[in-house]
Amino acid sequence: MGLFERLMHIDRRIIFLCIALAVLIPFIFPLRLPTYVTRRVKDVYDRIETLTPDDPPVLISIDYDPAAMPELQPMTLAVLRHCFSKDLKVITMTLHQAGPGLALDATSEAAEEYGKVNGIDYVFLGFKPAIAMVIDQMGQDIHRAFPEDYFGTPLSEIPMIADIHTYDDISLIVTFAASAITEAWVAYANGPYQEPVAAGCTAVSATDYYPFLQTGQLFGLIGGLKGAAEYEYLIGVPGRAIIGMDAQSIAHLIIIVFVIIGNVAFFVQRRGAAGGGRRG
Amino acid sequence: MSTDLWVWLAALLTFCIYSFLYRDNPVYKAAEHLFVGVSAAYYLVIYYHNSVLPNLARPLWAAVTEGQHGNFILIIPGILGIFFFLRFFPRGGWLSRWSIAFYVGSGAGLSIPRTMLTRIIQQMQGTMVSFIPTQAWRTLLAEPTIWNGLWLMSVPLAAVGVLCTLSYFFFSRPHRGVLGVTSRIGIVFLMIGFGASFGYTVMARISLLIGRVYFLLSDWLGIIE
Repeated sequence: MGLFERLMHIDRRIIFLCIALAVLIPFIFPLRLPTYVTRRVKDVYDRIETLTPDDPPVLISIDYDPAAMPELQPMTLAVLRHCFSKDLKVITMTLHQAGPGLALDATSEAAEEYGKVNGIDYVFLGFKPAIAMVIDQMGQDIHRAFPEDYFGTPLSEIPMIADIHTYDDISLIVTFAASAITEAWVAYANGPYQEPVAAGCTAVSATDYYPFLQTGQLFGLIGGLKGAAEYEYLIGVPGRAIIGMDAQSIAHLIIIVFVIIGNVAFFVQRRGAAGGGRRG
Repeated sequence: MSTDLWVWLAALLTFCIYSFLYRDNPVYKAAEHLFVGVSAAYYLVIYYHNSVLPNLARPLWAAVTEGQHGNFILIIPGILGIFFFLRFFPRGGWLSRWSIAFYVGSGAGLSIPRTMLTRIIQQMQGTMVSFIPTQAWRTLLAEPTIWNGLWLMSVPLAAVGVLCTLSYFFFSRPHRGVLGVTSRIGIVFLMIGFGASFGYTVMARISLLIGRVYFLLSDWLGIIE
């Protein structure tokens, strides 16, 4: 068996091991590889940067489950930190049934860092099922969609949100989702109500949302761990995303090497087979 | 190293799941079943506390005790919701179709016009406008950089890509002549799209591994902060 044939039949567990090492080693021996900020992430940052504490609150919908947490939690925290650092009022909620715990964790963690108080500086609305209907109903009356916050307090008794009723009373929406919930925000909040929507998404779904950027249906997009690292860089608070970028870059290099080796081996083998066929 | 039992359990379950990479085994199966069971129970509790109680039970209780008679309207969706569960009983199972019909009908009525607007009309509008890239021109004139120049070029390129890709999916004529050329260009755009999606997918999967490795090294072992 020649070298290329052996490469074509390499045990996939060796590849898994290489990837595991490529991710593990940069954590122990950080390389501090540089990152750069893309326009789509900067658009989100710039729009939030223009807001003042007197503006209506920012609505942040934390619509993901633990499976998407490694990618989306860092960017959620980064955007929350940005809002709280500017003393903006924040409303958080979730439309994913596995999201309440993660959303509460992220909201509380960022709020505590900046000394923000529940009910005064921010409100966590909790979870509601039936995504499209909730988003649509919020356009008519948020208090009907969420009669009370996550802790059971009626919204009418919470000073920060008592007078917030429709999207007209919201500055902008940022949704963090690993599923089609982003599309629902575009379709039901941006489409009929013209509410500015930005999205943070997993890298897998980033390409699906680029068409929405071109048409202005989304005003910005934070894609994957790289997008989260860019946002952390913009707010000047390094977090898990920036720490993870070394591992991400090295793992990508390993994968590129494997793809090249696989292709070279494939074409060399095919050429050999074609040559053998002619000789035969 | 962590002294929290739950962190140890999470670390153990992480290894159980990753053991599948070596080969399928009972430890992986046990962790998988545990995940499914815990998720189902968690979702049930979440739905009850976040939807049934605040949107149905409490308003109905207020209708009875506080005279908020308008809330009695919620009896109708409440009954339709109960009908869903009649699927478990052979005699009354047919009633669940009423609930499904209501759910499908209202869902379709709500989503069709919005999806048309979002996915088709606004996207078509964006493609047409992109033939005249005024915003890109303005940005380039205000800030003449290579990136802004490339952006200017990319705007009509997107429109060309849409038309060529659509021509590839036009099957009423053989792909020869002009249609053959445009459909081949369409294939190139499709391949670039698939390549970008694959690249992003790789990035996402590696990110998930990074998340777990970070958890193991920081929360569990305490090697990194």
